[in-house]
Amino acid sequence: MPFIANSDSDRSAMLAAIGVASMDELFADIPASKRYPKLALDPGLSELEVLRELDALASKNLGADRSAWFLGAGAYNHFIPSLVPALAGRGEFLTAYTPYQPEVSQGTLQAIFEYQSMASALFGVDTVNASHYDGATALAEAALMAVAANPTRARVLVPAALHPEYKDVLRLYLSAHPVQLAEYEGAPRDAGLSDDVACLIAAYPDFEGRITDLSGAAEAAHAVGALFVVHADPIMLGLFKSPGELGADLVTAEGQALGNPMNHGGPFLGMMGATQKLVRKMPGRIVGQAADHEGRRGFVLTLSAREQHIRREKAVSNICSNQGLVMLQTTIYLEALGKAGLRKVAQLCWHKAHYAAGQLGKLPGFAVAGGEFFKEFVVKTPRPAAEIADKLAARGVVPGFPLSRYYPQRTHELLVCVTEMNTKAQIDLLASSLAEVTR
Amino acid sequence: MNLTPEPLAYELSRPGRMGTVLPACDVPETALPKNLLRAELSLPELDELTVVRHFTRLSQKNFAIDTQYYPLGSCTMKYNPKANEQAAFHPGWRNAHPLAGDAHNQGALELMYRLQDSLAATGGFSAVSLQPAAGAHGELAGVLMIREYHRSRGQPQRRTMLIPDSAHGTNPATCAMAGLDVVTIPSDAEGGVDMDALRAACDDTVAGIMITNPSTLGLFERNMEAIAKLVHDAGGLVYGDGANMNAIAGIVLPVELGVDVMHYNLHKTFSTPHGGGGPGVGMVGAAPVLAPFLPGPVVVKKGDAYAFEMPAKSIGRLKSFYGNFGVLVRAYAYVRMMGADGMRRMAENAVLNANYLKHRVEKTYKVKYPRRCMHEFVAMGDVAEGIRTLDIAKRLIDYGFHPPTIYFPLIVPEAMMIEPTETESKETLDAFAEALERIAAEARTEPDLLHDAPHNTPVGRLDEVAAARCPILCYRG
Repeated sequence: MPFIANSDSDRSAMLAAIGVASMDELFADIPASKRYPKLALDPGLSELEVLRELDALASKNLGADRSAWFLGAGAYNHFIPSLVPALAGRGEFLTAYTPYQPEVSQGTLQAIFEYQSMASALFGVDTVNASHYDGATALAEAALMAVAANPTRARVLVPAALHPEYKDVLRLYLSAHPVQLAEYEGAPRDAGLSDDVACLIAAYPDFEGRITDLSGAAEAAHAVGALFVVHADPIMLGLFKSPGELGADLVTAEGQALGNPMNHGGPFLGMMGATQKLVRKMPGRIVGQAADHEGRRGFVLTLSAREQHIRREKAVSNICSNQGLVMLQTTIYLEALGKAGLRKVAQLCWHKAHYAAGQLGKLPGFAVAGGEFFKEFVVKTPRPAAEIADKLAARGVVPGFPLSRYYPQRTHELLVCVTEMNTKAQIDLLASSLAEVTR
Repeated sequence: MNLTPEPLAYELSRPGRMGTVLPACDVPETALPKNLLRAELSLPELDELTVVRHFTRLSQKNFAIDTQYYPLGSCTMKYNPKANEQAAFHPGWRNAHPLAGDAHNQGALELMYRLQDSLAATGGFSAVSLQPAAGAHGELAGVLMIREYHRSRGQPQRRTMLIPDSAHGTNPATCAMAGLDVVTIPSDAEGGVDMDALRAACDDTVAGIMITNPSTLGLFERNMEAIAKLVHDAGGLVYGDGANMNAIAGIVLPVELGVDVMHYNLHKTFSTPHGGGGPGVGMVGAAPVLAPFLPGPVVVKKGDAYAFEMPAKSIGRLKSFYGNFGVLVRAYAYVRMMGADGMRRMAENAVLNANYLKHRVEKTYKVKYPRRCMHEFVAMGDVAEGIRTLDIAKRLIDYGFHPPTIYFPLIVPEAMMIEPTETESKETLDAFAEALERIAAEARTEPDLLHDAPHNTPVGRLDEVAAARCPILCYRG
C-alpha cells in the first residue's frame, strides 16, 4: 500500500484496542447507502511507471531551454543558480508548515525576515509581507487596501497598458465593492485624479515594456487623498529607481523572475510592500524580530490581529496559505546574486534588449515602438504577428507575444522580451528569421 | 536541531563578494538613462559557499515532516512523496511558458485535464477548476460562484452565508471579501450543527452555507443531508470546505451528501508539500448547478487536442494564468500512484490512526466530544492546575514532536487538535501518546518543566507581545 507504514497485523491490533471489529465500523456516521462509491480512477501505479508517464507528458511541451526564447508578457525566462533549488528543496524547508511554533521554525522565520529585509530595500518601502499568490493577486489586494481605507470613493485608476489578466483579477477582487476600474493612458500624474479616487495604480514598466514616468504621480495622488500603488518588475529595480523613492505608498510585484521557473504559470510569487503607516492594514503574514527570556534573538509571525485566524470576518483578507517556498527561492536567489549580481542581471537585460530592438528596427517593414523600455518592447510587424510566431516556432525561435492574443485588433504587433538568457547569436537568429519569414 | 545562532545574511555580508558569476555582455552596450537609475541597493554580498551553509544551517532549525512527527490538526501533515518532487522538477514543466500557446503546451494541458477528471471523480463533481492557489482562494471562488448564481437568477438580496461556529477563520473572512454577510450557527452538544438554529436562520436572504465535513472537531456531520436539504429548500446552496477531505476520499462523494461546490487543498489530501506556508492549490469542484460559474480558464478536450476555455458563466479569473501548476504536477503524480483503491486505503488508515491515538490519549486528557472521530480529534491540555495547552505543546517539542494545532477550534477551551495522518506508523503514535502521558505526569510533579519549555531549541519562548508592540520587520544595519 503506497505510503502507509502499518501492516495488516498493526491494523488488527489497533482495531482491537479501539474495540471495533472492522474498518467499516469507523465510518458508521456516514450513511451506509452512500459509503464506498466506485471512484472513476485508474488503478494505482508504481513510482517507475508514473515517472515514465510524466516524462512523456512533460516532453510534449515546447521549453524555453530548447529554443531561442523571446516570450515574456508576465512570465520571464531568467537564470536560476543551481543552489536555489538545491537549498529550497531540502526537506526541512519543503515539508514544514507555516511557522506557527516559532521555537521549531526559526529556519523558515529567519528566511522570511531576510526576504522582507531585501525586498523592502529593493522596493524602497518600510516593509514587505511574506507573499501573495502572484503579482496579480498582490496588486488586487493592494487595491482592496486602498478601497478599505477610503470606502466612499468610487474609482480605482489603472493604466490601460496593465497586463490584461491583472485587470481581470482586479475586477473580480473588487467586485464586492461599488468601485469602478477606470483606465488611463499616458503618465500616471495626468490620470484624471480627483477626490473620488481610492488609489492610482501605475505599472513600472507597463505591459508593453515601457518605463512609466512616475514623477509627480505620488504628489498628485496624495493631493486628492488617494494612495499611490506601483506594480514593478523586480529585476528592473536592480538598476532603476525604486517605487518607494518615487513616493509609492504600496508596491507590488511578480517575483517569479527572481529565482523561480516559469512552470507553465505557477507557482509564482506575489510581492507586496508598504510604507510604515500602512503596515497594520496589510494582508498576509509578516515576520518580526523578537527576543526570548534570555535575550536571544528570534523571529515570530507578528501583527496577526490583521489576519483571518484571529479576526475572522473582520480580517483585512482571507489569505492563509501563501507562496512560502517560492518566497524562499527568491530569498536564496537574492542572497546568491547580491547587490552586484542583481545589478548585472538588470544591465544584461537592458543591453541585450536594446541591441535586439536595434537589430529588429532595421528590418524592412518592422518598427520598434517609441519610449524608454527595459527588457521588453513592442515591434510592429509587416505580416500578422501570430502567423510569424507560428512560422518561427517551427525553427526553434519563439519570437515573443503576438498582442492579438489579448487585443484582437492589434494584429501586427509583437511584444519581444530579451533577458540575460539570450545570447547575441540567438538575437541575431531572431532578426534573420524574422527577415526570412516576412520577405 | 542546529542550536548555534545563525547570523542574518546582512551580518555575513562583506563588500565585493558575489555568489553567482554571470556571463559577460556579448552585445554592444547601450547607454543607461542616468536620471532614472537608483543610487543604492542594499542587498547582502556573499560568496556561494556562505549562502549554501547559511541556508543549510537555517534548514536545521526547522521541524518538518521529513524530520519529525508533525500531528498538526487540520493541516494533514502526511508524508510528501519524493516522487512528486522528481516529477515536478522535469525541465519540460519548469521551462514551459504559460503564454506559449495551447499547441506548444499540450503536455501541460493534458496533465491538467486528467487531473481535473481525477479530482472530479473523487468528489462526484461534474466539473473542476484548478486555478485557486490555496484553500482560502478556493473558498473565494466558491462563494463568488454562489453569489453570481443568485445574481443570475435575479436574487441579489441573497447575501447571507451561514457558517458553523467551528469553521476555519478563512470562511467568514472569505465571505467578507465577497461582500456577503455572515450568520454564525452554533454547534450542538454532540459537536454537530445545531439544527434548530439553522432552521431559524434559513430565510429568503440566505445565499448558502459553508460547511466543513468532517468538521474541524474531526467529526462527521451526521445531519449533513438534512442540512443540505434545509438550505436548498430555502433557496440557498451548499459550499463544502474540503480541508478535511483526507478522511473521506474514496469513502463518500461530497456531491451525494448535497454539496454544490467545494474546494480541496491539494497540499493536504493530495500530499503536496506545505513549503513552510505554501504554495498550495485550492481546486474547486462543482455540481451541475454551479459548474458554469467556475473560475477559469479550464482545460477542455477538442478532438485529440487540449485547449483552455472559460466556463459559460465564469466568475472570471482569480489569478494570472492557470494556477499553481507545479503543485498540480505533484498532485497528479500522487493520484496516479494511489489509484481508486489507494485513495480509500488512505482515508481508512487516516481515520484508524486518529481513532487509535484518541483511544490512547483520552486516558489522560479530556476529549471534548468522545464519539468516534474521523481523521483528527480535539483534546484539551488543562491536565493540571496552572497548566495550559500552550505548556503541553511546548513540552512536546522537548520530546521531539511538533505540537498539534492549539487553541483551535475556538469553541473548545484549551484545544489541542491532533491529526496523525495515514502515513505514520503505530510505533510513532504510541511514542507520541507516551510522551503526552509523561508530560501529564510532569504537569503535576514538575510544572515548571512545562512552563519553561522548550529547553533544547535555538530559542526559547519568544516575547510575541513586545514584538507586535514595536515591530522590527526588516534588518536595518
